Amino acid sequence: MRHTLAVLVENNPGVLARVAGLFSRRGFNIDSLAVGRTDNPAVSAMTIVVEGDDRYLEQVNKQLHKLVDVIRISDITRDAYVDRELVLIKVSADSNKRAEIMQLVDIFRARIVDVGPKSLTIEVTGNDGKISAFEESLRPFGIKELVRTGKIAMLRGFKASSKNNVHKEEDES
Amino acid sequence: MEITVAEALIRCLEQENVELVFGYPGGAILPVYDALNKTTIKHILVRHEQGAAHAADGYARVTGKVGVCLATSGPGATNLITGIANAYMDSVPMVVITGQVSTGMVGTDAFQEVDITGITIPITKHNFLVKDPNQLPVIVKKAFHLASTGRPGPVLIDLPKDVAMEKIKFKYPKTVVLPGYKPTFKGHPSMVQQAGRIIMESERPVIYAGGGIRIANASPELLQLAEKINAPVTHTLMGLGCFPGDHPLFLGMLGLHGTKYANQAVTECDCLIAVGARFDDRVVSKISGFAPTAKIIHIDIDPAEIGKNVRIQLPIVGDVKNVLGALLPQLEKKENAPWLARIRQLKEEFPLHYDRNGCLKPQFVVEKLNEYKDDRAIVVTDVGQHQMWAAQYMRFKEPRCFLSSGGLGAMGFCLPAAVGAKLGAPDRTVITVIGDGGIQMTMQELGTAAEQKLPLKIFVLNNQRLGMVRQLQDFYCQKRHVAVDFQFNLDFAELGRLYGMEGYTVETAQQLEKLLPEVLASPKPVLVNCMVDPEENVLPMVLDGANINEAVD
Repeated sequence: MRHTLAVLVENNPGVLARVAGLFSRRGFNIDSLAVGRTDNPAVSAMTIVVEGDDRYLEQVNKQLHKLVDVIRISDITRDAYVDRELVLIKVSADSNKRAEIMQLVDIFRARIVDVGPKSLTIEVTGNDGKISAFEESLRPFGIKELVRTGKIAMLRGFKASSKNNVHKEEDES
Repeated sequence: MEITVAEALIRCLEQENVELVFGYPGGAILPVYDALNKTTIKHILVRHEQGAAHAADGYARVTGKVGVCLATSGPGATNLITGIANAYMDSVPMVVITGQVSTGMVGTDAFQEVDITGITIPITKHNFLVKDPNQLPVIVKKAFHLASTGRPGPVLIDLPKDVAMEKIKFKYPKTVVLPGYKPTFKGHPSMVQQAGRIIMESERPVIYAGGGIRIANASPELLQLAEKINAPVTHTLMGLGCFPGDHPLFLGMLGLHGTKYANQAVTECDCLIAVGARFDDRVVSKISGFAPTAKIIHIDIDPAEIGKNVRIQLPIVGDVKNVLGALLPQLEKKENAPWLARIRQLKEEFPLHYDRNGCLKPQFVVEKLNEYKDDRAIVVTDVGQHQMWAAQYMRFKEPRCFLSSGGLGAMGFCLPAAVGAKLGAPDRTVITVIGDGGIQMTMQELGTAAEQKLPLKIFVLNNQRLGMVRQLQDFYCQKRHVAVDFQFNLDFAELGRLYGMEGYTVETAQQLEKLLPEVLASPKPVLVNCMVDPEENVLPMVLDGANINEAVD
């Protein structure tokens, strides 16, 4: 089963290397990993998508917890959550194909962000299903390049998957 | 008043009650060594940085305090790696301080630059690169806190030379803030209660005790538990000494080279209480055949160890001393008479044994050492056959008496660890049991021992080969021996003499028995080169893929 982990980490240098290194040396496979600052500059949020059974996930969780920089891990897979990924796709587009592509862009609520003489670059956000459907429908035109950010996710409703007020200044007393 | 960061570092160590540090100087760590001029902290100059790390490790294992070692950047730092990994695998509290090239040069492949924080991520509990001079006191405080609490381990601080020379206002913080680090100390009450029920319902309980007992100083609680429920106690290599070796409930070591009766007891038990142990592959062998009829209760401070290797019925995360303390009142006195009768029968049926005929037997040497050593003597081993014989045939009455490289199995550990152990416990006899292979890995530390005037008692079990590898080639390679026989053998007794020790060579049981009481009582450093039977195997032995109760004997 595919799990989505919302992980809060201290924004220290090397924290990404610690997390990525942990996955590789313990033989865990990362499907995707997205990382960025939260509203608190001392804290970063990671969304990690990892595939495996419950026992496997338990180890991933516990080993991540052992990293001193990891503040909190929530496996939000079984909760209601919103997830998004942003993808940039460069697709071959001769003048006779453009109309068709633009129709697809409309249907998927994507956006054209760059127009070249023989290509269009399209930005699309959404969840896994939408993005793969869009990718498939563009494939016949010839995808020249595709870049994705990896998934970011957040719980629905008032509950926070990541509390950001966890970091206090060092006690200098 | 402002002081340099290097001076602040030494002040921090003073605040942490560090008495001595093990190290080796160099260019990038120069400011720190300069600051050592102004302190009462003693610096022990080793002969190789690996020795500094192992010595700090040995010191920490004996004293229970945090061991500290210093090295310079680049090769100094990389030479520490084996020692750091060893401490990490055996959960030894250590703070490692390395010099680094100046911040402006970091990342330029400067002279003696390595990314030591990058290299040591997988083998440290945590590490720090000091960039902001003002953060140094906070970082040192965090390092000592992390190293010594929860599941202990090594923490590395990498200090660039220019940062070390900056001036700061020194103030040592009283507390640390680590939002991502909160080890669970108390066991969950309902889990403890359930454990009590499972134990009271059991008829054939066995306690499987690991190094966590020593770390948590939980030996008194372990003894109470075992006696209250009349459960025999088996040990991991790291757990030896945590329970009195002369106690009727003592089962010795389990696993790959464990006693047959311990392995059989674990196989037959209906309740296995694992305390501060981690179900290592050298203990468990084939997972499906390990304690197949038992309900397993696993008590450990590290939640990641629970359920990692073996499926268990009841986890209790917490400090083992605290958890056992909470568990004891839940239990009533149990007799388990039929089970104890069965254990006695197993002990009689499958005792440890070896052929006493012929030349000097290595097992005989450790047996006699055990007989003549005093109860508080510290035995330090290296890695290989001699290590297993020491673990099998020696008996310890208290923890911190048996030091061995368990998880990493690092040859070369023994001599430097013995140096650290003797400095940590100067009033106790330190005996090293070492092979002729292992001693040659770090024998330069004989120089450190001589310089510090440490009367170590070194017993070399000399079979003129790498015995454990030869044994593995016997069993798994149809006796095709490759690279296990030393073609050149040096005279270890003479080597000892060169380093100012009394050196002896013994070739017979009589010679050994005559010599032992004398050299153990002597205040001088001694090296005894014991020419032992090169054909002996460590038995019992659980072969690859077998269940633990199917050992070759």
